[in-house]
Amino acid sequence: MPRTEPSREELEKRRIVGINKENVTDVTSTDFPGHYPGEDHAWDIEKFRDGLQIEFHQNDPLLASFSLIGVDASIANAFRRIMIADIPTLAVETVFINNNTSVIQDEVLSHRLGLIPFKGGREGLDNFLKWWKKPTDDDAVPNYFDYNTVKLSLNVECTHNEDAAPGEKDPTKLYHHAHVYAKDIVYEPIGRQTQYFSGENAIAPTNPDILIAKLRPGQVIDLSMHMHKGVGSDHAKFSPVATASYRLMPTIDILRPILGADAEKFAKCFPRGVIGLEKVTKNDAAKKGSGYEGHEGELKAVVKDAMRDTVSRECLRHDEFKDKVRLGRKRDHFIYQIESTGQWDSDAIFLESIAHLKEKARRLEQQVVNMVR
Amino acid sequence: MARSKAKQDASQSAGEDDIVMQEPPASHQPDLDETDASMAEGEGEEGVEGEFEDEFEEEEPQRVKLLPGSTPTAASFEFLNEGHTLGNALRYVIMKNPDVEFCAYAIPHPSEPKMNVRIQIWEAAGTTAIEALEKGLKDIQDLCDVVTDKFLVARKDFKE
Repeated sequence: MPRTEPSREELEKRRIVGINKENVTDVTSTDFPGHYPGEDHAWDIEKFRDGLQIEFHQNDPLLASFSLIGVDASIANAFRRIMIADIPTLAVETVFINNNTSVIQDEVLSHRLGLIPFKGGREGLDNFLKWWKKPTDDDAVPNYFDYNTVKLSLNVECTHNEDAAPGEKDPTKLYHHAHVYAKDIVYEPIGRQTQYFSGENAIAPTNPDILIAKLRPGQVIDLSMHMHKGVGSDHAKFSPVATASYRLMPTIDILRPILGADAEKFAKCFPRGVIGLEKVTKNDAAKKGSGYEGHEGELKAVVKDAMRDTVSRECLRHDEFKDKVRLGRKRDHFIYQIESTGQWDSDAIFLESIAHLKEKARRLEQQVVNMVR
Repeated sequence: MARSKAKQDASQSAGEDDIVMQEPPASHQPDLDETDASMAEGEGEEGVEGEFEDEFEEEEPQRVKLLPGSTPTAASFEFLNEGHTLGNALRYVIMKNPDVEFCAYAIPHPSEPKMNVRIQIWEAAGTTAIEALEKGLKDIQDLCDVVTDKFLVARKDFKE
């Protein structure tokens, strides 16, 4: 079988997942050796390097958005899954309740405390803090050390505010500590933690205004907490991301001209900014067979920004656009959206997920070598 | 008719020249602690269960094992504590290998932390399923390096 190379148009066509009124076509990737006779689809790192593109759309500490173009869904999904479930963060794991006379029960309060995201110095979180192993009965020494446990405490008592104006109804003014917030949690450094978590590197809630409980005069919450490192597969509180997701790049092909009032209706079928309206130019109208003949000056629909489309398929529901538009998605164009909870920077979470996948593969390679030995 | 006879043969005398296809689902296998008769043809592919400790790496129990019934060109592997994350990515890169006739992964039961990978090599390729698995794991590492490089460049460009 002679080696053949598919044409550019053919390759472009293969990238598209068809989105029709009732069904979705060409979902699976076909870029494997043996799928197309005579074509070579063997893994080639140089080809992969040439085909791979990354474009950033936004890069803030708490939200990163970028396009990863030229990878298979299995790889893109591995990164996404690792970001959610395998990147370690620090979260409250144990709560020691000394006194809790609030209306919120101990176990519910503990759960709420566990879900509060914390931030702290990167150097300390990455390199200094190590995994904590749950102590067993056999352990002679309990394994709580400065390098695996972070101690926090929360000690609030609600009291009457003597200075409150007479007739005041607002409980936050009438009482002290009527609301317990995440900012009331106090970090207590132990041992070498002072080197890593002091000043602006101190361990503190990312969002200081998270409401933990409401109290009334006489009620007390007095507890201390231990934080440990963990991963999202164990409990969602350890996940470094609020969301980490991707979607495929939408494509909109206008096959035949959509003009006048139809064009305006067409634009309304999409989110704002996706479809633009332009006047048919003299050149357009002069072109034979373009469908624009004799329509100079009328409005025509053009695709302005397909990325903003939500692929609602609304335009496929109307008969006037039948056979005039084709929707699709690019199979290898992933638009990632990563929202960090604050302990990591969003872009660092993605980098860490790549490193994690590599490390996983490296370890297993060693394991396979050991298996054969 | 012929099929039912073959089946009978297999169950009676483990089939002289029939290929025996009577493995129960992998997850029901007892732990492989002694050499399995059906793997005698693969050189040095005994089930290793924690016999070899890693000298240069931190001690990690053996998490990959060859399932019984495997031959050099057609093998099933069991990965402990791995899931779809690695399974699907690994399946993809192994399928990209032209020597591979078939590759698939499965998680036999969701409540067991096991992931199985099946690899079949073209007989004419002159390589083994284990080599294909190793190549797949290497390719993932190369891929990760490329993505990291491009990501860092893209992030730097975006900042400017």
